[in-house]
Amino acid sequence: MNRPIRVLVAKPGLDGHDRGAKVVARAMRDAGMEVIYTGLRQTPEQIAEAAIQEDVDCVAMSILSGAHNYLFPKVVQLLKEKGGEDILVIGGGVIPEEDIPGLKEAGIAEIFTPGTPTSVTIEFIKNNIKRN
Amino acid sequence: MDIRAGIAAGNKRAAARLITMIENGEPEAVEIIKENYDKIGTARIIGVTGPPGAGKSTVTDKLAKLLRKQGKKVAIIAVDPTSPFSGGAILGDRIRMSDLNTDEGVFIRSMGTRGALGGLSKSVNGAIKVMDILGCDYIFVETVGVGQSEIDIVKVADTVLMVMVPGLGDDIQAIKAGIMEIGDVFAVNKSDREGAEKTATEIELMLDLNGNTEYRPPVKNIIAKDNKGIEELWEAIEKHHEYMISSGNFNKRRQKAIETEILEIFKQNLLDKIERLEKKGEYLSDLTKKVFNKQIDPYTAAQELSSILSKEGGI
Repeated sequence: MNRPIRVLVAKPGLDGHDRGAKVVARAMRDAGMEVIYTGLRQTPEQIAEAAIQEDVDCVAMSILSGAHNYLFPKVVQLLKEKGGEDILVIGGGVIPEEDIPGLKEAGIAEIFTPGTPTSVTIEFIKNNIKRN
Repeated sequence: MDIRAGIAAGNKRAAARLITMIENGEPEAVEIIKENYDKIGTARIIGVTGPPGAGKSTVTDKLAKLLRKQGKKVAIIAVDPTSPFSGGAILGDRIRMSDLNTDEGVFIRSMGTRGALGGLSKSVNGAIKVMDILGCDYIFVETVGVGQSEIDIVKVADTVLMVMVPGLGDDIQAIKAGIMEIGDVFAVNKSDREGAEKTATEIELMLDLNGNTEYRPPVKNIIAKDNKGIEELWEAIEKHHEYMISSGNFNKRRQKAIETEILEIFKQNLLDKIERLEKKGEYLSDLTKKVFNKQIDPYTAAQELSSILSKEGGI
């Protein structure tokens, strides 16, 4: 079915830098997606609840503060609790290489580190969302 | 996911999915709404409109919080523009409503206009129904930032709240027809800014010229971000509602809304039929070519299209 993919772009945690998130959001818009942008300093509870209410296909989070090992898995867990286990979760930001396997283990489908072209992220979303 | 069972249980995930199905035009969604139609009609619908940057989302956030304190269940439908080029959208109204995200008694849904021009999305009516079925007491519908003619909100809302700000332009803007005529309650937001009194006066002067002597829309100075004037604003919205009920205009407006909706559905069904017809035999494109080559005119082409449609019947 021809419908726009809906993505929640969120900034969990305390860092106040959302330039990257905004650039990605803009690129998603230009790729025909509906992007729900929630703004800075969101708790995992706020992100998961917004994802459910907005019925998104994907939650894309960006963290630059170093709290990714706690915040990313927490969102995945909350989504599961709320019945949103079919929502694709991806992450971006300053994430050390050695943390990536653990995050994938915890249910984050992919991590995009600085320098990734936005087109790569967009292709990944298109190819990996679980609903047609 | 069993949408029907979820809806019956008041599950937000099911309701959210049903709204998506409506937005995507899935026939199953219509069936589910039909089955639940007896639960519809209890929610009050408040439209929030005004120019871009006036503070519609912030005002909505504060009013919702006020109603939450009274124990009411609140839904918010926030519409932002869809890009006419990519079909994508950035829906950013939730930024101003973060604290409401985790409130059990609040349901917020963002929508892109998806080509609609009246300041709303054509799925707004359906989304309102879903939230009504879910048992919400109040449903706020926030339009895109409007110019002068995006007035579709008046077709769905029981009360239209017009959020204005100081310094938008000279007084001539205020007497233009269209958007300024549909406000039931006016709020001048950011009233700590210079020119707030002048803006309020200009709106009052415009209202002086209105014909309705029974009800005069009040103009309230507020500062939404500081929660100033929000209670008074809500009282004004309640007064409008009381007037609508006592004057009988509430039912008149709802009937008008239903009539508009039936016609919209009818039009959409007709367009869908033409689309299906086109899959069978390129009638529309043939007629288009004929008009382009000046063999016939578009009026005749439209007549031919409707006679083909009635011949083909129940497509």
